[in-house]
Amino acid sequence: MHPAKSVIFFTTASGGGYGLLLILLLGNVFNLLPTYIFFLLVCYGLAFILIAAGLLSSTFHLGHPERAWRALTQWRSSWLSREGVMAIVTFIPTGLYALYVIFFQDSFSALMELIGLVGAVCCVITVYCTAMIYASLKTIHAWSNRFVPYGYLLLSLTTGMVLITGMMMVWGYDTGIFGWLSPLLLLGSLYWKVSYWRFLDQTKSVSSPESATGLGEFGAVSLLEAPHTEANYLMQEMGFSIARKHSEKLRKIVLWAGFGAPFILLAFALFQAGVIGGIAAVLAVVLAGIGIFVERWLFFAEAKHTVAMYYGAKDA
Amino acid sequence: MTSLPTNSPTKKLGLVIDLDICVGCHACAVNCKEWNTSGHSAPLTDQDPYGADPSGVWFNRIHSFEVENEKTGGRTVNFPKSCLHCEDAPCVTVCPTGASYKREEDGIVLVNADHCIGCKLCSWACPYGAREYDEDAGVMKKCTLCVDKIYNPNLPEESRVPACVSTCPVGARSFGDLGDPNSDVSKLVESRGGYDLMPEQECKPTNKYLPPRPKKQGSPENDTMALTPMADSSAGVISRWVDKFLSA
Ligand code: SF4
Ligand code: SF4
Ligand code: SF4
Repeated sequence: MHPAKSVIFFTTASGGGYGLLLILLLGNVFNLLPTYIFFLLVCYGLAFILIAAGLLSSTFHLGHPERAWRALTQWRSSWLSREGVMAIVTFIPTGLYALYVIFFQDSFSALMELIGLVGAVCCVITVYCTAMIYASLKTIHAWSNRFVPYGYLLLSLTTGMVLITGMMMVWGYDTGIFGWLSPLLLLGSLYWKVSYWRFLDQTKSVSSPESATGLGEFGAVSLLEAPHTEANYLMQEMGFSIARKHSEKLRKIVLWAGFGAPFILLAFALFQAGVIGGIAAVLAVVLAGIGIFVERWLFFAEAKHTVAMYYGAKDA
Repeated sequence: MTSLPTNSPTKKLGLVIDLDICVGCHACAVNCKEWNTSGHSAPLTDQDPYGADPSGVWFNRIHSFEVENEKTGGRTVNFPKSCLHCEDAPCVTVCPTGASYKREEDGIVLVNADHCIGCKLCSWACPYGAREYDEDAGVMKKCTLCVDKIYNPNLPEESRVPACVSTCPVGARSFGDLGDPNSDVSKLVESRGGYDLMPEQECKPTNKYLPPRPKKQGSPENDTMALTPMADSSAGVISRWVDKFLSA
């Protein structure tokens, strides 16, 4: 599948944003976070900016962005529509709660705490909807499997956790439970990614050139002549393939930049507070961001579509 | 509405494509472009049509496959492909805007170009590569089953078939109601063992493909048919004719 940068940026940024927002909401509801106004303002601000920037960039690849509102109408059948609806709905409880914790800290309201929890649930549902857009496409073996929805949720939580840890370190706060959860989640993500790649390398689509043409009973099927000499939309969009040696290199980058190095840096920062720890945490955030961007790029580049078999691919 | 019709259409208009007789001439693809570039989804735009890297919107494309078999030898199969107007069309249910829909009255799958946002998700969902993105218009297009031709009262009755069907010089494409077991197309599918492409993708395509007939020559049971030597050229014309006649 063609890796469109706007969509990759969207899932990376919004995924991280929702993860951070979820942790902020739960952290505030259960009193695990510092209540310094400026700290909260920056953290919530960052989460909302990441989410909004991601959503905005996802409209860039549309043929008609001005009609994007129509995408909110078909939530009964379409995961893309559900995602759009949830993204908007989520802004309401999360925005209200953010205003409450930042500006009305002295007054306690059970109702607002409840709204915070609702917001947290909304974040999870929104990320799940994004994942299901991909996981529901039977045509793409690399996407329509059980690893994908878990992976999206896990990566979103992990990036959020790394972000909040980084923020707290920079502010010089004791990272508490977040400091421990970050490296643990990074390890979990690494394990998930390696399992996903093993699955991808050992299995392939239920469809084959034989079933695509129905000619299997006559022998082994291969393309003799494509319908035309130049690439068409289908081949550009769905025929994108990446050389094995590149994908191996990129997988290493994902493992090290995305998970390995941030794990080491954050584990180090656990025992090394102060400026050095802060620098390590910031480095961890930057590396994880780059690693996850490459991870999303590969998620597209390594995915094969059944259509490619009508244009010469041996499997999908 | 992107939900599929609640009552699955009883009328299922579609095509039956005979892989035994398609000669791969691309005439159907050309006439499809010709008709549709001024039809329901007009125009079918091209990018760089006379340049080095042309591409464009085509609703019908003709692939050629090679089938290899040690026992029976290889064969070439020409393989036209357009939208199969699936019963469980995933391109319809994934559409977030409702632009993509399946008609309840005849099962034809269409795109409403005024509502499409060009998100391309439907093209990812279709296993067959039947959706065509129009870069110029920023919307998705696809085979309309010539909805503007098959019901067109301005045309004589016999012309009310899809453009690809009327143009095929060898009659490899048939059009009709595959939901009616007594229709000509249903009987054709029945008698020739017509099949679905990629049934495992569970889209229940309406269009059916008829398999190539077994080869008469080259298969072991028909060995005697393979290249029997003719009388050598030193024999007279009459003897060679007689020889050819007798060995036929
Ligand atoms: S062939 Fe593709 S575009 Fe046509 S109805 Fe089926 S899934 Fe949709
Ligand atoms: S490209 Fe258009 S028809 Fe296709 S899913 Fe998106 S809005 Fe629907
Ligand atoms: S039915 Fe009409 S639109 Fe569809 S492939 Fe044939 S000519 Fe083209």
